[in-house]
Amino acid sequence: MSVLHAVFAPGFFSNGPVQAALVMGAVVALVCAPVGVLAVLRGQAFAGHAFADITSTGGSAAVLLGISPVLGFAASAAAGAASMEGLGARQRGDRDLVTGTVLGGALGLSALLLYLSTTRQGTSGATVSVLFGSIFAVSAANWPWVLSLGLPALAVVAAAYRPLLLGSVSPELAAARGVRARLVSAMYLGALAASVALSALTIGAVLSTALLVGPAAAALGLSSRPGRAMAWAGAIAVVSVWAGIVLAYDSYSWPPVGRGWPVSFFVVALVTAFYAVSRAGVRRRPRRQPAGRGS
Amino acid sequence: MPDPTLPAPATPTGAAPAGALPIGAVPTGADAGRRTTPPGQRLPVLDVEGLGVRLGGRQVLSDVSFHLCQGEVAGLIGSNGAGKTTLLRAVLGLTPVSAGHVSVAGSRGRRPPVGYVPQKVVLDPDLPIRARDLVQLGQDGHRWGLPWPSAAKRAATEELLAGVGALHLADARVGQLSGGELQRVLVAHALAGGPRLLLLDEPLANLDLRSARDTVALLDCIARQQGIAVLMSTHDVNPLMGVMDRVVYLAGGRAATGPTADVVRSDVLSSLYGHHVDVLHAHGRVIVSIGDDAHRDDGCDAVPASAGVLADEPEPSRSGWR
Amino acid sequence: MLSGLFSAFMLHSWEATSVVAVAAGVVGFFVVLRGSTFAAHAIPQGAFTGAAAAALLGTSTLLGAGVFSFLAVGALARWGRRGRHDVVTALVLVIMLATGSLFLSVGSQYAQQTFSLLFGEPLAVSSAYLWPTVGLAAACTGLVLVSYRRLLLTSAAPELAGAGGVSPAAVNFWFLLAIGAATTLALPVVGALLVFSLMIGPPAAARSLTARPGVALGLSVLLALVTTWAALVGAYWSNWPLGFFVGVAAVLWYLLGRGAKAWGHRPRTAPAVGSSR
Ligand SMILES: Nc1ncnc2c1ncn2[C@@H]1O[C@H](COP(=O)(O)OP(=O)(O)OP(=O)(O)O)[C@@H](O)[C@H]1O
Ligand SMILES: [Mg+2]
Repeated sequence: MSVLHAVFAPGFFSNGPVQAALVMGAVVALVCAPVGVLAVLRGQAFAGHAFADITSTGGSAAVLLGISPVLGFAASAAAGAASMEGLGARQRGDRDLVTGTVLGGALGLSALLLYLSTTRQGTSGATVSVLFGSIFAVSAANWPWVLSLGLPALAVVAAAYRPLLLGSVSPELAAARGVRARLVSAMYLGALAASVALSALTIGAVLSTALLVGPAAAALGLSSRPGRAMAWAGAIAVVSVWAGIVLAYDSYSWPPVGRGWPVSFFVVALVTAFYAVSRAGVRRRPRRQPAGRGS
Repeated sequence: MPDPTLPAPATPTGAAPAGALPIGAVPTGADAGRRTTPPGQRLPVLDVEGLGVRLGGRQVLSDVSFHLCQGEVAGLIGSNGAGKTTLLRAVLGLTPVSAGHVSVAGSRGRRPPVGYVPQKVVLDPDLPIRARDLVQLGQDGHRWGLPWPSAAKRAATEELLAGVGALHLADARVGQLSGGELQRVLVAHALAGGPRLLLLDEPLANLDLRSARDTVALLDCIARQQGIAVLMSTHDVNPLMGVMDRVVYLAGGRAATGPTADVVRSDVLSSLYGHHVDVLHAHGRVIVSIGDDAHRDDGCDAVPASAGVLADEPEPSRSGWR
Repeated sequence: MLSGLFSAFMLHSWEATSVVAVAAGVVGFFVVLRGSTFAAHAIPQGAFTGAAAAALLGTSTLLGAGVFSFLAVGALARWGRRGRHDVVTALVLVIMLATGSLFLSVGSQYAQQTFSLLFGEPLAVSSAYLWPTVGLAAACTGLVLVSYRRLLLTSAAPELAGAGGVSPAAVNFWFLLAIGAATTLALPVVGALLVFSLMIGPPAAARSLTARPGVALGLSVLLALVTTWAALVGAYWSNWPLGFFVGVAAVLWYLLGRGAKAWGHRPRTAPAVGSSR
């Protein structure tokens, strides 16, 4: 019992914001996992990160305009995905350039918004808090948005599962098999934008990138089957988020007492640890298990 | 969908149209007459007529015509940059054609299943996809929705892998296979869609002599037993000499096509290159040697190892063997 | 109004932005060539962490930024050797940001100074800053120019470079270090978030305008200078942050490059190979 008390500080389970954070964190982690595995396989981690900053810009613009931040997140996700697709580069190398260009435009806008909000309203709070976010600020009113961003993203991954996998092996094989590559990649970009908008909105831009990329990359070493890799990624993400919340709650009693350490720090540390352990395990293992020849 | 793993002997039904071959319609050589059924009586699978392709403002292929029938093995021969990959991609519909047309199995509208093994597939070693998953994706990789595992699918996949001698690799990650192993798995992937036409781009490029011979034998067997037309590119004619029914010889953007013995001939190749070309037969091997500067094309050993001589000599005239 | 643009006070800004532009143009050319956009975006975030650490410890902001940029470079070079580059880059990026937010929340300092580093304040560049800037710019430009051919070779064909006795990993490390140096010196001017825009916009246009690497490099520097000068004028005139103009300019340069490429690909009367006979 005392051990339990040492891990879960008193009042942990009865705390309303903590409960909401636990549930919301798990939901976001489970949406990000399959989308993230595909992002890593397709080499679109940069785009995944870019959407976090782009949608945060949308969120702070909405704050400045006095409309719902959620609307800002969703609209900027759509605009970001559309402009990346519109400028779309055919080669993989150029894709990062397009992503960077769109991201740079969004960050430039973000700089302007920060300036405007500090000169008009005398505070940089909105932009900054949007950029870093806090999982404890999740409110129950966000539920409809969580569903309307998360479910379509998962639906796209389920619908285009096989074309996406084949395309991640080789775009050429997919094209030869009759996959409509442009349609499928545009659909996936939309799903990526939606799931990142969801996570940036609920847990902040930093955590959104960490949860999208870290668990997915760690999971690749844990299973040689695509579905199982996604399941592993989900499990790692949920465990990281929950443990991060527990530690952040505990950290209120750590020095400097009463300030609390950010959740994002703990979650990022855990996700990185999972990745490092998984990579070390891959390196330790023989290249391929010798299978019974001619079985 | 016909089960691709069952041997489906090529039974000629009705009178197939006699193909308008640019060069010699009747097989005459010993190699070309190898088949029990003469090519003229088989169903045509691939028909390319007057094909032209422009890439980056350059005419890469012009006026290429040939056809391919059920169960035939054809070699797509040409030096580096001759347009072999471009031609295969044009047949697949992945590269837009600027002239002529390509029709597969008689249909010009809907895309019929064509198996394709690309020239180079670079895979990340941590890709969480096993050989059996890749073969499975060859069957249903274009379908929407989540896949449902079934015993029948599993059996079909394993049968395909066994067919290419790669059953023992079924559970290995595709990114960790060696070049030759991956090649076999990719052939199984290509066959999984039940194609009537199989295109392979440089399937022998990364293989040692024995694996190359095995691969050629395997492809020959697939063509013969399942009645699939096989078109494979290579820059060297020799490994295919025993099994090849037909040759598409690319040089300078143009093509000489026809039964093997009719194309790999001194007079035909000479007119294609615009040089005198010798075709030498020695110990079952065919050596193609080109024109006046043949000694330069064969390699360095024909040239005296003296820098002064090299520097004084004029640039060799352009030939197909660059 | 614009007469103040060339006042003695603004002279430092002109000099500093020009120096930054030259360094960004040179380094950025290889950022685009090597497809290192994500790394160029991630390394400056180390500067944010460094600034937060400096605020916590009460040391120089620029020193903190430099140290943490260097740490980011080291992590990228070390972990990026195995595994996927973009994954490693993303992880380094979030570690930097999360550590930075930890420093901010643990420290009691006012965060404004740290955040100003994210977006830059070019109009407040002091003369004391100028000489370190020039030195750092000379160092990173020199680093890139000295390894010019190796960078070209390893960008075009890594496996070829490995065979030629050039270690792609070492070249990559030095290159990332050059990005880190260019980042640190550009920080006070453009801000950590938009340094990479200055690095990718001009070269993206330059490489579409010419196929010759040397000319493209020169053009990239020229366009970077034009970008920063225009941004400086815009920032002075509107009082808006310089980063905004840089971000927008990068989008415009990219579009210009695409346009130039499309123009160049119109069907021309190019001699068709092999059809001469
Ligand atoms: N996308 C492209 N744009 C412009 N030119 C191209 C393009 N793709 C290929 N080419 C050119 O077309 C020609 C034929 O290329 P292709 O890849 O078909 O050659 P190949 O016969 O397959 O050669 P290899 O044996 O080296 O594989 C080459 O000269 C090549 O430079
Ligand atoms: Mg080729």
